[in-house]
Amino acid sequence: MAKPGLQPSTVLDGFHIESLVHRGGMARLWSVSKPGIDISLLMKVPILGEGVDPAAIVSFEMEQMIMPRLSGPNVPIFVAAGDFAVHPYIVMERLPGKSLLPRTMELPLSYEEVARIGWQVATALDNLHRQHVIHLDIKPSNILFRPSGEAVLIDFGLSRHLQLPDLMQEEFRLPYGTAPYMAPEQLLGIRHDARSDQFALGVLLYFFSTGVRPFGESESFRAMKKRLWRDPKPPRQLRPDYPAWLQEIVLRCLEIEPAWRYPSAAQLAFELSHHDQIKLTARSERLKRDSFATVLKRRLNPEHRKDWIPRTAAAPSPAAPIIAVAVDLSSEAQATNEALREASARALTAFPAARLACLNVLRQSLIATRDTTLDEEGHNKHVNRLVELQHWAQPLRRGEGRITYHVLESTDPASAILEYAKQNKVDQILLGARQSSLMRTLLGSVSAKVAGEAACTVTIVRPSHRETSASASEAAANSS
Amino acid sequence: MLVALLSDMHANRQAFSACLEHAQAGGAERYMLLGDFVGYGADPAWAVAKAMELVADGGLAVLGNHDAAVSDPSIGMNADARYVIDWTRGELGIEERGFLTGLPLTIEDETRLLVHSDASAPEQWIYVLSVVEAARSLHATQAEITFCGHTHKPTIFSITSASKMMVFTPVTDVAVPLHGLRRWLIVLGSVGQPRDGNPAASYAMFDTEKKEITFRRVPYDIEAAAAAIRRAKLPQFFAERLFTGR
Repeated sequence: MAKPGLQPSTVLDGFHIESLVHRGGMARLWSVSKPGIDISLLMKVPILGEGVDPAAIVSFEMEQMIMPRLSGPNVPIFVAAGDFAVHPYIVMERLPGKSLLPRTMELPLSYEEVARIGWQVATALDNLHRQHVIHLDIKPSNILFRPSGEAVLIDFGLSRHLQLPDLMQEEFRLPYGTAPYMAPEQLLGIRHDARSDQFALGVLLYFFSTGVRPFGESESFRAMKKRLWRDPKPPRQLRPDYPAWLQEIVLRCLEIEPAWRYPSAAQLAFELSHHDQIKLTARSERLKRDSFATVLKRRLNPEHRKDWIPRTAAAPSPAAPIIAVAVDLSSEAQATNEALREASARALTAFPAARLACLNVLRQSLIATRDTTLDEEGHNKHVNRLVELQHWAQPLRRGEGRITYHVLESTDPASAILEYAKQNKVDQILLGARQSSLMRTLLGSVSAKVAGEAACTVTIVRPSHRETSASASEAAANSS
Repeated sequence: MLVALLSDMHANRQAFSACLEHAQAGGAERYMLLGDFVGYGADPAWAVAKAMELVADGGLAVLGNHDAAVSDPSIGMNADARYVIDWTRGELGIEERGFLTGLPLTIEDETRLLVHSDASAPEQWIYVLSVVEAARSLHATQAEITFCGHTHKPTIFSITSASKMMVFTPVTDVAVPLHGLRRWLIVLGSVGQPRDGNPAASYAMFDTEKKEITFRRVPYDIEAAAAAIRRAKLPQFFAERLFTGR
């Protein structure tokens, strides 16, 4: 049955239709308003009827299913959905500003700006993935920004919610997505790997930093399939001044094998925001594409792709936490620091994909000084602390490449640690129990504040006093 | 309204009562029972009496193959299962046996269909394990949502107007919206004899207004249920598998 078309000034379920904002192939977007709702609203209405791609309908069903279940700053606020039987629509927050699409006219962008955009989008992807959703259509037109800076991902019509049925599953023979950005595994119909979004972001970062799309623009399946075996030209081949750290990141995102990309979007974001500490592998030096023999081997031996299909439907990706360990470098903390190192070593062993960020807080005095000699002294202190941190982590050598070092400068150590954890999506903080009673009285307890206010797991580490503990000596007496 | 859907209780008193308590605490206002009250387990009289009580209070119940086998020896099953049914016959009184024989194979409730196994031939007790059987069952009914059991493996299937099938293993405690654009076949797990690798009792809660189904898992006293099977001298295997849910 044909539905009466929407017009400006129509009212649908209390929403006043104002103007047509966008007419796409699958849906129309109207700006709408409703008394009592004081944010700008957008109504997405699917185009239904004869001759319409059935994908449009299924994709809208998916979006209606996924959007109400999402929250946080990196997605538009969901407001309402209209029943398919009556009038299907989704009303959501209308974001100010433009998507990243118009920026494609200004390419290439500066490397620093590309890294910043990459960090914003990777952070948004991490928030999405933590809600069990994989976007699967990351591209410039689906990325907007809040005035406060957070990237906002839109259009969940091709997305997959790992805890809900995948309605797209059996619907289509050919993969759906946007040809230049689609990950190789998506071409094979695999829709459960969060690392596919990393690949699309890698395409975007490559494109934005070189002005060239790594896999061209062709939309033919034949041309798209090439990315199953053919790696893109290293960016340094296109721009000789291309930074090694950025090539390392971009080419890792674009790895054909999903397992060779970053274990999580949070770790990708971490690398983008700490690119001075990136472990540069052979990727960063590459000037040519893989040899013909390597490519031919990949093409003729698709065996490895079997690993792309999980044993269970919604296999979670291996745990890849970001762990921050706060180290007090003062001499009285020696026993605690050993215990912290043991705890860190255990974490690195238990989670082979974990990252360890070693933190130390350089306490600033409340009164700012502008004396150059003191500034220089401050710089030296900073460097010394870094050196000491690296020395502390020396026995954790096997974690090399997974360990980074950060000296935070703050008047309040607890707040500095908390802020670092929040900014960097830290999953767990390890820190030592408070020390002497004198220090405690003077400074208050850093561990108590961090444990009380952190948005992640906090583990307070304390050296065990086996020799002095009464219960231990009793136990020893009993056993003899 | 919240409807609790329970299937394949299999005379497991501990699991059945744990699920009913859980559903009640979760706000269940109505109960729909998808058959197989007896078989395998050691408390058939209690299980049937409980079902009678729920039906008397407005609940719905359909017939399962084990229930049918109590009065119909022609129903096919393996020797061990048959042994338990023969024992069960001696445990149930006239009233309980009468209740089982009186159960319908299917019940249509508004736009929903309740059936123990495949809906295309409910009396043949065909397992709905894959999209092939699910498609056959879905083509045999106009119901928007079919609820069945029998396989002891929680699964969700859907079919579009173009006969495209979807299959999904539900995640415990995550509500799945059953959209009106497609028709759905919901296969319940087993209350009393789970076989999907998780030994906890399985049931589901359906919200009729939101059209959402949520699968639940309930821990129960497996030791007690297994001990009852051993005490009744029923095949040990039915006690052992309760611990692994296999």
